[in-house]
Amino acid sequence: MIEVTELTKRYGDTTAVDRLSFTVRPGRVTGFLGPNGAGKTTTLRMLLGLVGPTAGTATIDGRAFASRPRGLRHVGALLDAGDVHGGRTARAHLRALAHGNDIPRGRVAEVLGEVGLTDVAHRRVGGFSLGMRQRLGIATALLGDPPVLLFDEPLNGLDPEGVLWVRRLFRRLAAEGRTVFVSSHLMSEMENTADQLVVIGRGELIAAESVTDFAARGTRLSVTVRTPDAPALTELLTAEGACVEADGEALTVTGLPAAPIGDLAFRHGIRLHELATRSASLEEAFMELTADSVEYLAGDAR
Amino acid sequence: MTTVTPPFVTAAGPRARFRHLVAAEWIKLWSLRSTYWVLAAGALIVVGINANSARVNLDWLTHQDRVAAGEGPGAGTGPVYDAMSSAFVDPAWQLLMVVAGSVGALAVFGEYTSGLIRTTFTAVPDRGAVMAAKAAVVSAVTLVLGAVVSVASFGVTQAILREHGGLSIGDPGALRAVAASALLVPLSALVGMAVGALVRHATGSIVTTLVTLILAPAFLQGDTYRWVKELGNTMPVTAWSTLTENPAMDFAPVKYASSVTEAWIVFAVWPLVAVAVLVTAVRRRDL
Repeated sequence: MIEVTELTKRYGDTTAVDRLSFTVRPGRVTGFLGPNGAGKTTTLRMLLGLVGPTAGTATIDGRAFASRPRGLRHVGALLDAGDVHGGRTARAHLRALAHGNDIPRGRVAEVLGEVGLTDVAHRRVGGFSLGMRQRLGIATALLGDPPVLLFDEPLNGLDPEGVLWVRRLFRRLAAEGRTVFVSSHLMSEMENTADQLVVIGRGELIAAESVTDFAARGTRLSVTVRTPDAPALTELLTAEGACVEADGEALTVTGLPAAPIGDLAFRHGIRLHELATRSASLEEAFMELTADSVEYLAGDAR
Repeated sequence: MTTVTPPFVTAAGPRARFRHLVAAEWIKLWSLRSTYWVLAAGALIVVGINANSARVNLDWLTHQDRVAAGEGPGAGTGPVYDAMSSAFVDPAWQLLMVVAGSVGALAVFGEYTSGLIRTTFTAVPDRGAVMAAKAAVVSAVTLVLGAVVSVASFGVTQAILREHGGLSIGDPGALRAVAASALLVPLSALVGMAVGALVRHATGSIVTTLVTLILAPAFLQGDTYRWVKELGNTMPVTAWSTLTENPAMDFAPVKYASSVTEAWIVFAVWPLVAVAVLVTAVRRRDL
């Protein structure tokens, strides 16, 4: 279990993390979402004691992580796949880490096999692709068989097969009763992986709830209507107070559910070829909620 | 998912022991190719320079002998020559100091420049212990390097000069000189480590190590000002010069020179301070 209370980090005038409080429970995958620069990485580093908080506390299983003499058996973490020395082989890298935490030798071969790096274990990490480094980072996180796992953007650089594998791995780890906390700036990555979400923007908490609840926040449900008599229906719908966006035969209606739209068309003898409710995707809910807190916007400011 | 999963139970881990960290640092040091060739090249070059110095001196001494032999009175005695100095040629040992200092600095800044330090401290949050283990491994390895180079340099040069006052290890001051030279190497490595922890960048660390070990003492020479000379006496390379002086030789007395005891104190204080700096510098810094 991860508990973050009023966690704050300031760098001079910049507040990277602002009085953040949330809890991450075991037994499920919790996604940690936010646009670039939202403070996800800083938060994860504070959890691991790599960065000292300006105020507030962060504990893992009831204890500040930095107060533990050895870490791998308590928390496994993949922060940045590049946090390795390019001159060492994958095996040597893991062996050194295992030795320091008194983890049996055989475990190194086990995790290398688990992430699919057995064949390249003798090769130096400097020649690894980003995807291979991600796998090595995941192997590092798994080395101590820890109850809590933290991953910062673990899907970067992985091929589709790798992404699928990582998702299954996270699910399995959570099913084993572990706490799995995974950051991402893409909602789509979390959609099929996470059960719970912690969403932040500009260092502040935006939401901490289940994926289902979060999706329901995607406020405006819209209805797609397809009809050969678009102008007439548009007029009727507008009169009913709905908002209509027309695109040829297709209308996107908000403000009125599908049933009354169908009834309305039926009463006026307008033929419908399609009538479908479209719920806002998680991605849209995410975009909507974080819109005000996006740090780096492309093009003109909104 | 609303299914209730029983919480994951961690097997009670074994005790955290320092020797585990030493083993980890040992693997880290020897799993980098650069370690092998830097140490090997450093050792060969330094022994080579010293041996060459002895050979050159031997040629000169042999020549002097012939001159002396032809001049009648005092023939065969030759000039007064300090054979010990051939084993401890200044530039050679300063080069070894630079090699050791760089190895030490690299062991620390290499973790920072690669980002490995975050992985290291996530695996072992006790940062001071990690650095202490690293210092133990680096100083042990460089002590062996220093001992090998020192014994080899002494042995080879004195053998070359055996006809011209070449010393044996039992002669006064010989063992002291060999021991001090061996210890100079881990001392330099520890200074490099402390600098690496403070600077954390490759070029900056190497340059600062160089300035600290070699340039600063070079500036603090001469007896015009007493404080300059006495500050200079606190430098490892100056203390080393004192400790490798041949006591059998009758050198002109140097003003404000440091005693052998003072030199040993310098040799004790520098590593202690270096380790203290190393262990505290990494403690509370954001990564």
